[in-house]
Amino acid sequence: MTLQHVARRVAVVDVNRCVGCQLCMFACSRKKGFGGFSKSAIMVRSVGGFERGFTVIVCRACPDPPCVKVCPTDALRPREGGGVLVDHAECIGCGNCVEACPVRAIFWDDEAQKPNVCVYCGECVQYCPHGVLALEEVSPW
Amino acid sequence: MVVPSKVLYVDLSRRRFWTEDWGDLFEAYLGGASVGIRLLMDECPKGVDPFDPDNPIILVVGPLTGLYPLASKTVAFFKSPLTGNLGESYAGGRSAVSIRLAGYGAIVIRGASRTPIYLAIHGRRVYFRNASGIWGMRSTYTVGRIIRELEPGAGLRTIMRIGVAGEKLVRYANVVTETYRHFGRLGLGAVFGSKKLKAVIVSGRSGIPVRNPKEFRKVYREIYEKAVTTSLMRKYYELGTSMNIMPLNELGALPTRNLRDARFEMGSNLSGEELARKFLGRRVACTHCPVACIHLAALREPYPDEPYFYKTTMIPYDYEPLYALGSMLGIGDVEGWLRLMDEVESLGLDAMSTGVALAWATEAYEGGLIGPEETMGVELSWGRADAYIQAVRLIVRQPNEFYRTLGMGVEKASEVYGGREFALAFGGLEMPGYHTGPLAYVGFMTGGRHSHLDSAGYSYDQKFLGKGLPDPEEAGKLIFREEAWRQVLNSLVVCLFARKIYDAETVSKALKAVGVERSPEELEKLGVSTLRLRHEFKAREGFDPKGLRIPRRILETRSPHGRIDPEYLRKAVETYFREAGTSGGLG
Repeated sequence: MTLQHVARRVAVVDVNRCVGCQLCMFACSRKKGFGGFSKSAIMVRSVGGFERGFTVIVCRACPDPPCVKVCPTDALRPREGGGVLVDHAECIGCGNCVEACPVRAIFWDDEAQKPNVCVYCGECVQYCPHGVLALEEVSPW
Repeated sequence: MVVPSKVLYVDLSRRRFWTEDWGDLFEAYLGGASVGIRLLMDECPKGVDPFDPDNPIILVVGPLTGLYPLASKTVAFFKSPLTGNLGESYAGGRSAVSIRLAGYGAIVIRGASRTPIYLAIHGRRVYFRNASGIWGMRSTYTVGRIIRELEPGAGLRTIMRIGVAGEKLVRYANVVTETYRHFGRLGLGAVFGSKKLKAVIVSGRSGIPVRNPKEFRKVYREIYEKAVTTSLMRKYYELGTSMNIMPLNELGALPTRNLRDARFEMGSNLSGEELARKFLGRRVACTHCPVACIHLAALREPYPDEPYFYKTTMIPYDYEPLYALGSMLGIGDVEGWLRLMDEVESLGLDAMSTGVALAWATEAYEGGLIGPEETMGVELSWGRADAYIQAVRLIVRQPNEFYRTLGMGVEKASEVYGGREFALAFGGLEMPGYHTGPLAYVGFMTGGRHSHLDSAGYSYDQKFLGKGLPDPEEAGKLIFREEAWRQVLNSLVVCLFARKIYDAETVSKALKAVGVERSPEELEKLGVSTLRLRHEFKAREGFDPKGLRIPRRILETRSPHGRIDPEYLRKAVETYFREAGTSGGLG
């Protein structure tokens, strides 16, 4: 069996199952050794109040990422198969990528003055208690 | 600093704010209930009127907040306008995590504003915002909706607000947060109102460094697994707390029609099973809670004036409101209950106190202690949800002396109009829904905040069924020990629904991973000292166990342990207060 590189992404498979607990956001920061949200690259917020349910925002690993195009130092590079790879050492913290993402899936770390970009590790998926998230292969239509 | 220790002080009178670091205090006492009672001792002048600007509002989180699952609560300390003594109330929603990630271990609000305002706290930035345009707004839902639009921080914020009930100083007005969670019971909403404080919004998204990230992740995983894969929390994540209706009703422990009965013949209509089947529309969670115990009913109603025109309202349901606004008022029609509940929520009232007050009023009306003149023509009668909705509005509007008095609680109302023997309050607080036996009542009488959650006597009553009760001295000690341990959980501040997960060993391990060393024995000591301090505060403010009243009604209606013996209660209460270090029993 030959191992091929498969690009994965965190998919929001059923947002209606989301209860708004934000365990995914905690999982993301915790993976980097922190409590709280400063390092989180996923976001859950209500759709205008808890009674209407929630929206989950996370990088969808798009095939032609707009964030890459506005990075002045090439700290963001396209990943094979969709999505981006970040080199934090190259990042100067200009914040262009945050603005460029139309789904607003790049979050800002106030403490480090750097963007939080999803690395597609799936840690958040493991802590979603209600089956909202899944790690899946990026598949073009 | 591993433990959150920065305190934000806000002076509403002078419109100033500043922070102080209380590292030593938080290091020694962790946070939550333990730090809160110490801050209250310090901040609250002896004998202060609860509506005096000097009555502080103290919001505290704990060392596990923002780190571990189910550490989802904020505790509020203040002097209660309902009981005239210790005010202590817990709420979840996004409150706790937002406060900690805004950088604070506690927020202390002093003084009073002359004009309606709301506070916006975004990390280190604090703003006094004009609230005159939202003062007097009919519904807490709308207030939330407006502030959501005005303020940044979606998903990372809490919006704690009061309804008209708080503005009008109804003594059991609550503070609503994230639409469906409440700082309930002891009238925090009225204290907000007395300060012309319509809302407090707090947002933050900071990170929390931990001493041992690897161990932290490991302990986290263990706690998480216990919460989602074991049965320890099942009752909360399936039917929710409303699953208690059926078993308590079968047991004969569900207070019905002002506790003239302990079985409700229409109880099954209000059951968790029935509500889930017909109305459950969505479940939501507090921040960092995988359980999602918040059950929302979707009530679909047609408009009478336009064909094919409907509205769907999302209304929260839980055991206690089902008891207080349901069985206690003889309401077995669920839709009627939902409409009444929605009114109580919109106005910002405590559902339990409101229900118990209306149950007393119904009995007083039946017995002729009050008449149509007092009720302003409202026909208070068991099961009549629409009449109760009218009465609820009048409690808030206070157009006459009767409704003004009813808004001061059932203790006060029965003092003025009579019917003491069926006025179901303990220590000035309207009773929770457990006629399970004597231990529940020992808990209501002795508990620092007179809540069933102080010491869970109702749970011990059920454990002892079929085995016989312990002797009263042992019961008093048991209740004291339980309340003391809960001071630890309340210092962390974890949800009490997670009490079986957070045993002493687990708490010790969880703290250690993030850099706080506390042995289980040290934790237990902290619990006892905190509980004693609460009673010290209560004694300072004039609480005397000898003044505790046993309403005759609880002795007349059979409990699952048979008729309750007042002598048993007296002895148990006396033992409890001996343990607490304050002398005396019931008079």
